[in-house]
Amino acid sequence: MDSSVTIPPVPKDRPPLPGSAGNKAAVEGSDTWALSDRIGLAICWALGLIFCALAAAIVIYLFIQGIKFLRPSMLVTPASAGFSETETGGFSDAFIGTLMVATMGIAIALPVGVATAVWLVEYGRPAALARITESTIEAIAGIPSIVLALFGTVIFSSTALAFLSTSTEGVVFGRSFFAAAAMLSLVALPLIVASTREGLNAIPRHVREASYAVGKTKAATTRRILLPTAKPQIATGAMLGLGRIIGDTAIILVLLGATQNFAPVEGAAFPFDYLRGAGTTLTNFVYEASPTGNLNQPQKAYAAAFVLLLMVLVLNGAVDIVHRRARKVGTWSS
Amino acid sequence: MEFLNSPPPPIRRLPLDDTPAASAAAPPAPASNGNGHVAALQQSGFTAAKRSISAPQFSIRRMEIDRVSVFYGAKEAVKSVSLPVRQGEVLSLIGPSGCGKTTLLRSLNRLTELTSAARLTGRITLDEIDIREIEPTLLRRRVTMVFQQPNPFPMSVFDNIAYVIREQGSRRMRKKTLEPAVHSALDRAGLFEEVKDNLDHPALKLSGGQQQRLCIARALAAEPEVLLLDEPCSALDPKSTQVIEDLIVKLRDDVAVVIVTHNLQQAYRIADHVAFMYLGDLVEYNNATTLFGSPREQRTREYVSGAFG
Repeated sequence: MDSSVTIPPVPKDRPPLPGSAGNKAAVEGSDTWALSDRIGLAICWALGLIFCALAAAIVIYLFIQGIKFLRPSMLVTPASAGFSETETGGFSDAFIGTLMVATMGIAIALPVGVATAVWLVEYGRPAALARITESTIEAIAGIPSIVLALFGTVIFSSTALAFLSTSTEGVVFGRSFFAAAAMLSLVALPLIVASTREGLNAIPRHVREASYAVGKTKAATTRRILLPTAKPQIATGAMLGLGRIIGDTAIILVLLGATQNFAPVEGAAFPFDYLRGAGTTLTNFVYEASPTGNLNQPQKAYAAAFVLLLMVLVLNGAVDIVHRRARKVGTWSS
Repeated sequence: MEFLNSPPPPIRRLPLDDTPAASAAAPPAPASNGNGHVAALQQSGFTAAKRSISAPQFSIRRMEIDRVSVFYGAKEAVKSVSLPVRQGEVLSLIGPSGCGKTTLLRSLNRLTELTSAARLTGRITLDEIDIREIEPTLLRRRVTMVFQQPNPFPMSVFDNIAYVIREQGSRRMRKKTLEPAVHSALDRAGLFEEVKDNLDHPALKLSGGQQQRLCIARALAAEPEVLLLDEPCSALDPKSTQVIEDLIVKLRDDVAVVIVTHNLQQAYRIADHVAFMYLGDLVEYNNATTLFGSPREQRTREYVSGAFG
């Protein structure tokens, strides 16, 4: 080393550089901003805090009420007639009903939604058909579920679809788990299509081309590269869709009958007797058990609402796991 | 230099109609790598590191680009270019951005067809067979490509290679059966020693240089006859670049290598033949020493001396 070149030591009492407050990381402060910008920032902060507080309040309140009123027996005891809240059983039918419509609805919506998104992003020819499909899905997303429910009664009351519900003397009832799940899948569909498209669009073009450039077909690329890569977004879409299905009340009321117990179709084989029959879900149970409903059992309403909340939290956790796994695999730079 | 002051002359089209040989004929093999060309280089204004390769041992003509034009809508991106692609040699396409070199490269394995607006005229042959008569997925296994951005698939190192070897979307063929082929592909790309203990690790967690070599291994796993490289080092650090350059030179005996590069030094270091393109035209095609040392065309001289680009 040539010792003739020496770097002068930094004087200890050197004043801090302008803008940097001593040892603190130089974060841009708002003290130089215009007053209107500072007020805007303050409003953003305040609103953010208010919403956090609101969400926390709902969750905490439901937790307190839920833990107070929920008994595990409620999940396995069906509702029954009685004079006091202790005599009317639990809400097992509603709980199972929620699981049933959620499973059936997503079983329809997920494959259809993912396939639609793949077609829109990867194929999309003819362009006119792609545009029509896109606006149709947007239209479905905008339709209130009660309108979908009404439309569903028209479809499922037709004699051709009598095998999907009960019928007496030629009159088709049109209310069953099949009918409700079919219409509920439409509620979930736009969300699944949107997030799957988002996931596919986030994959750089050169990644697809890298697969084509080693002689892979579009189908193989989609199956082995694109869909696995978009899995976190697909999971998010499925979760949002499930949330909507679980939370829907209008379609349940109109197309599932919203009875307090399962009403299986007599003479049909299991499980079709239940699937063709009427039933209820937790959301409808909460509505009925609330002070405005027919049952007026607010304690059980809280308990059921708490179960609903737990289900949504579990779903959120599951999606989080999918995302975390994907992060371990990494993504393309820039 | 006087040519800098005078306005550049219009690009002269190479006479291709009746005498494709004018551009496509094999120029004399590079002379010795001695000091002879250094003076010539200084004369052309090009300063480069020393060539890292010796003259090719042999060369077999594999692909033939014959008066190929590519249009994007009304825009002619490649204008009637004719070039040979030989095994045993590295062919480098150079030229400023937007000169059509990447488009030409992509048309060699029919990737341009994925852009719906693209239209190609002329003829490209692979071993005397028009590539339009070869089924695209088969062609793309014989002519594979490595891209500018390292783009391993989001799966393990092993699966990246196995995906190429397996039949289309199939998952059949067990890991054990595939192992030799996967190892050999990684080995040919000079990556095996570094990743042999971590074959199950996600490929996207490798360093940039390793990712790009994995992409080369992936392209080699298809057992191609021609390897296309689209600026493979532009996103990499100098050390990784050197590793990949050495690798490319090593590969030239087994596969015909075509590399697009912005880096003139790189082209000079590793290419046997260089084609200079400008605004879709093939301006000059020659062996690297001649093209960089004593270019025939004024445009080439300006480009290699850094007058524009």
